[in-house]
Parts: sequence; C-alpha cells; structure tokens
Amino acid sequence: MSDPLDCKSLKCPMPIVRISQRIRRIATGDVFSVEASDPAFHADLVAWTQTTGHRLVSFKEEGSVQYAEIEKVGV
Amino acid sequence: MSEIEPGVVTDDPALESLIEQKVDERVDRILAELGQRIEGKPVLANRATLVVFSGELDKLMAAFIIATGAVAMGMEVSMYFTFWGLTAVKKQTILSGKAPLEKMMAKMMPGGPGGAATSSLNMLGLGPVFFKKMMKNKNVSSLEDLIALAGEMGVRMIGCQMSMDVMGITQDELIDNLDYGGVATYLGDARDSRVTLFI
Repeated sequence: MSDPLDCKSLKCPMPIVRISQRIRRIATGDVFSVEASDPAFHADLVAWTQTTGHRLVSFKEEGSVQYAEIEKVGV
Repeated sequence: MSEIEPGVVTDDPALESLIEQKVDERVDRILAELGQRIEGKPVLANRATLVVFSGELDKLMAAFIIATGAVAMGMEVSMYFTFWGLTAVKKQTILSGKAPLEKMMAKMMPGGPGGAATSSLNMLGLGPVFFKKMMKNKNVSSLEDLIALAGEMGVRMIGCQMSMDVMGITQDELIDNLDYGGVATYLGDARDSRVTLFI
C-alpha cells in the first residue's frame, strides 16, 4: 500500500485529477487510500472507476470525511 | 472414442467432423453479419473536443474543469479557442503594429484570463472580484491554476487563426504551447470524438 492521498478540502475536479496522477505512478495491483471531503466525491469516484477500469476496493464515510481504497487494474 | 465436450463421447470421426464443420459455418455466418452491421458506423475515439467561444470567468472555469476532469478520466482532450475564448490563452497585449480599430479592441478586451468578467452579475468588474474571493474561500482552484494544470496534463490547445485575424490578435500575444488551426482542424477532431462541447 502506497501513501494515502489527501484530497480533503479539494473541490471538483481536483480529487479525480490527483487520483489519476497517482495511478500513473504506481504498479498494477497496487492499492492506495484517498481521503476526501467534497460531497460529490463518491459519485465522481464511482464514475471514474467505471470509466477507467480501476477498482474501488472500499469506501466509507465518517462525518464529513470520506475514505476510499483504489486498486490499479491493467496497465 | 473421443470426447467432443465433457460428457459427450463419440466413436464416429465423421460425426465429429460434421459437428465441427456445422459450428464453423454458423460462426462464420454470424461474424459476417456482425461485420456488416459494424461497417459504416464511425469508430469514436476516447476524446473530448471543446470549442471555447466565451471569454467570461465562469464559462472558462466550466471549460477547464471539464477538460482537466476528462484527462483524469483517461480521455484525450482538445480545446479550440475562438473569439472571446482567446482571452483564456492570452499572455500579453502588444499594441504596436495593430490597426486603430484593433488597438481599440485590444484595450477594451481583458489582457488575459485574470481580467475576465463574469457572465452574470459582473457589476462593472465587482462580480469577478467577489467570485474569485468566494472560490478561494471554498478552496476551488483558480482559473489560472486550472489553465496551467490543463497544459501540464497534456490538453491540446488550439487557437482559431481566423478569429485572431479578425480581432487583430497575434501569436506573440498568446501562450507558447498553443497550436493553431481552423474549422477543419476542429471538425477533424470533433467528428470522431465521444464528447463535443461548445462553451
């Protein structure tokens, strides 16, 4: 597992931009966690994983912070 | 004895080859039919093509949020800047060499994205001040940051040469990593793009 990606307080489109930048730097099968606070984050993340084919391993929400784990799939 | 598939056994080689032949014929027929259906349908590239016609702060924000978001989604992105949209890619105003009308226009237009008005509630320039302050308070990236980010992410930006000529804008006044083209360049990109927008 690589370092967690802190997207708290970032607004659209920055969380998915940061995630897409991270995913390029890691190896297939690697998992990393993301913390975000944008209310649109979950919807955007689901759309992003469906489009790019990467896997949303887990997602939970605690108060105003959302935690997601993403696995890089394919190349 | 040979097993054609699990649980199905035959000792007749003629039957086996007949089945194989029939299956092959059927597969070929289906493939040919599918091929005919696919033929003639355009194959769309995973690309978004945006025409940026407007030069207002809010509309440019929308254009660059979509562009950077699309790259994040794995898409290739082209942005065509035309007419007022050229404001987004303007780095400086050069008055020397311009005709009188062009000079007047250059002085009245924003010198770059930082000087863009808002499309509503501009209030003689107060609107953008409020808008930028509110964006900053909510931690939304500024327009200038989004433009720089789009460049770093590999968004292809194209200036419309015809509108530049009309408005007397030269390539020296626009950012360095800009390509130049016309309507055919745009249409060549747009005709097989999955997403096309006019902003």
